[in-house]
Amino acid sequence: MKIAVCVKHVPEGHARIDPGSKRLDRTGEGALNHFDANAVEEALRLKGDSDTEVVAVSLGPAKAADSLRKALAMGADRAVLVSDDAAAGSDLVATSAILAAVLERESADLVLFGQQASDADGAVLWAAVAERLRRPVVSQAAELTVNDGSLRAKRQTEFGYDVIEAPLPAVVAVSDAINEPRYPSLKGIMGAKKKPFDTLTLGDVGVDAGSAGEAGSQTEVLSLGEPPSRGDARKIDDDGSAAQQIVDFLAEKRLL
Amino acid sequence: MSTLVFLEQHGGELQKGSLGVLAKAASLGDTVDAVIVGEDARSLAAKAAGASKVYVAGDEALEQPLPQPRVDVLAAIVRDNGYETVLFANSVLAADVAAGLAARLDAGLNWDLVDIESRDGTLVGKRPALQDTVLVDVGWRSTPRLALFRAGSFDAGEAAGGEPQVEEVSVELQEHSTGAKLVGHEQEQSAGPSIEDADIIVAGGRGLGAPESFTLAEELAGALGGAVGATRAVVDAGWYPYSAQIGQTGKVVSPKLYVALGISGAIQHKVGMQSSNVIVAINKDPNAPIFEFSDLGVVGDVHEIVPKLTELVKQRKAG
Repeated sequence: MKIAVCVKHVPEGHARIDPGSKRLDRTGEGALNHFDANAVEEALRLKGDSDTEVVAVSLGPAKAADSLRKALAMGADRAVLVSDDAAAGSDLVATSAILAAVLERESADLVLFGQQASDADGAVLWAAVAERLRRPVVSQAAELTVNDGSLRAKRQTEFGYDVIEAPLPAVVAVSDAINEPRYPSLKGIMGAKKKPFDTLTLGDVGVDAGSAGEAGSQTEVLSLGEPPSRGDARKIDDDGSAAQQIVDFLAEKRLL
Repeated sequence: MSTLVFLEQHGGELQKGSLGVLAKAASLGDTVDAVIVGEDARSLAAKAAGASKVYVAGDEALEQPLPQPRVDVLAAIVRDNGYETVLFANSVLAADVAAGLAARLDAGLNWDLVDIESRDGTLVGKRPALQDTVLVDVGWRSTPRLALFRAGSFDAGEAAGGEPQVEEVSVELQEHSTGAKLVGHEQEQSAGPSIEDADIIVAGGRGLGAPESFTLAEELAGALGGAVGATRAVVDAGWYPYSAQIGQTGKVVSPKLYVALGISGAIQHKVGMQSSNVIVAINKDPNAPIFEFSDLGVVGDVHEIVPKLTELVKQRKAG
């Protein structure tokens, strides 16, 4: 079996949006999106001692290689980075097209995603990628088993857990409740340097530059502004009358 | 401009969040139609206040709450009728439907919006970003424009005008859309209304001290007529079910009133609740970050204050 895990390299620490390009500033230090570590871990758990191949896939700047190396250090067998200046600023439509193109090349039995990107708070990519690959998709998987060409997942929803079965090949986004990602061992980190690592351009995966980056995007950021502030915040110390003061406050706000 | 709103239903009830999006869409002044998918679609259509027309798709194959068959239904309706805008209230299901539809139609999707406005005839979405420290205006370069709204962004409208016209649609499903099958469902124990639909949420964190102390939150929520939420820390500790989890890895809510009991206000939790209208926080740590974004912050012991507060609220409601 072959499992592809999609990972994202996200800015570390205090993220900012560049006022000029109106894009997230990706020039600083970055790290593997921690939700994606759950997807890598799940791939490694499914692999176990079998001969299943786990390939980590990313789309991002050259620095995204660091996050792929972390996936390799955790135990992935191979990494593929699609990195191309023309891909910068890609929205969902463009990003899903590029990822689908590289995943098409890999033709994995199972494609795994983490539950969201910690930088853009996006939780939409897998469904778009699955649609482009024309494969079944299950998101928010809190448990996953794979058997005989099909998968079974327990999906967390607002209404409890759905148990879903789907034939492979399929796309699954795992919830961060599914496992506790391992830390790479020193041996893993050293070994990662020798594992196969491909860096591809848009041309290599057969995506036209016009379908990527801002040119291929259908959404845009128009302007950046300040969020509305909470005007008259009050803070009191409880002197025994706090409960009454809260009731008065709620009444004043017409919430009672 | 013609707009289509995806009305999510569950167990024969239209979800309040999607009715809120419908009301907002109607307030923008153009014709708004809606689509309801699933077994009860036909009977729910009359409740779509503000819609001119409601498409109902109630095939047996659409009964299960799975996203891909819904993408097929929406794609057919949008293509056949030329809708320029398609709006969704966020949920686990709706996010997957919206994203799948974006890929199917190569349409721009803006997500996590808290508002939308028509500026000189152009639609502009409002999206808090970077842990809500920035409010970004976002737009679309082409039609159809797709948008997902954060839970609780809008109030559901009152039924106005006549009943919407109902059009049954039957859509042939794609092969890949029918691969996933629901084979079981486990309901989580949860008391009271769901947090997405609640106008008032009382949430508890580690500061409650012990799982038993969640009764404080439940009793106050009961008195206020609200739902109970929880932080990730207490859900991970097994004090409260995941369905109540609010925050980056749980639900994002924006009720009219959010009461935080023993919650420090870590960024992970903040992103899930800070767009609430009014926030009241009780915490014994005067330096808790939650006080930075509370309308009323009370430094004190939840075990002393909350029982009194619950009693006072009950008295007031009774009187």
